[in-house]
Amino acid sequence: MRQLLFLFIGIIFGITMYKSEAASWFRIYEMFQFKSFHMYGIIGSALAIGVLMIQLIKRYKIKSVFGETIIIPDKDKSFSRYAYGGIIFGLGWGLAGACPGPIFTLIGAGFYSILVVLFFAVLGTWVYGRIANKLPH
Amino acid sequence: MEWIFEPWPWYIGGPMIALVLFLLLFFGKNFGMSSNLRTLCTICGAGKSSEFFNFDWKKQQWNLMVSLGAIIGGAIASQWLSFDSSVAIHPDTILKLKELNIESAGMAYLPEELFSFQALMQPKVLLILSIGGFLVGFGARYAGGCTSGHAISGLSNLQLVSLYAVIGFFVGGLFMNHVLLPYIL
Repeated sequence: MRQLLFLFIGIIFGITMYKSEAASWFRIYEMFQFKSFHMYGIIGSALAIGVLMIQLIKRYKIKSVFGETIIIPDKDKSFSRYAYGGIIFGLGWGLAGACPGPIFTLIGAGFYSILVVLFFAVLGTWVYGRIANKLPH
Repeated sequence: MEWIFEPWPWYIGGPMIALVLFLLLFFGKNFGMSSNLRTLCTICGAGKSSEFFNFDWKKQQWNLMVSLGAIIGGAIASQWLSFDSSVAIHPDTILKLKELNIESAGMAYLPEELFSFQALMQPKVLLILSIGGFLVGFGARYAGGCTSGHAISGLSNLQLVSLYAVIGFFVGGLFMNHVLLPYIL
């Protein structure tokens, strides 16, 4: 049952990615050209609501539907991994025009070339895992 | 209900993403799509040779279900919730892309020059998609998250390091867009 629930949340996410055009290479290109407010509006409004929501969750110690306290783990403190990793991710985002969420959405939308992007994204993850201990973090 | 079939404006898309974040938190999980790439490595057996992939992937099954849902959602949206899937980007951007030989700008959902089957036969296009994918996967795990994990969840939780990551995303993306892409396309 729980698994079906997450499938349903994923469906909402996929429809949103496709319909808001956040899964479009063109929208990502346009965003980096600073020619439209669209992508900034999407991320900005999601963020504004998200900040408010998490503040409320923390202040009122809202519990999850299963009665557990909602825990949002703090990320590890560091600079280099976020800066280097972020820049590498950004280069790929600007080139392939898709981040991981939209990659899945685009498979469903029938753009099968995106499977190449997915395959190499998994490969990139694997290579990172193999050499992670040699990289500055 | 007509609006559903039109492209969704940002003030619908953004709040819907926030709703997804809320639902995941409310059901005791966190929003982060790139973790699934790591899980896929583990399912393929990467845990045998690397500590990083040696974890119980079944604990991440819920997130794989979210990905599967994202695939189904993409199918539903493109098949039944759209009349015209061309993306109306800014006219200046269309002109700029046409100069770079992306003729499908303004007339398609993705550039046909990069994502059609015919295009895939060109070594250059295959390289663009593979290198792009590789950098996305490598960078997301190195940075410990992608757009959903850092730009949405991390920043919503006021994590300073997520701001570093998001600034990194934009430094990389802007460099690719303005400096490298004109030579690549």
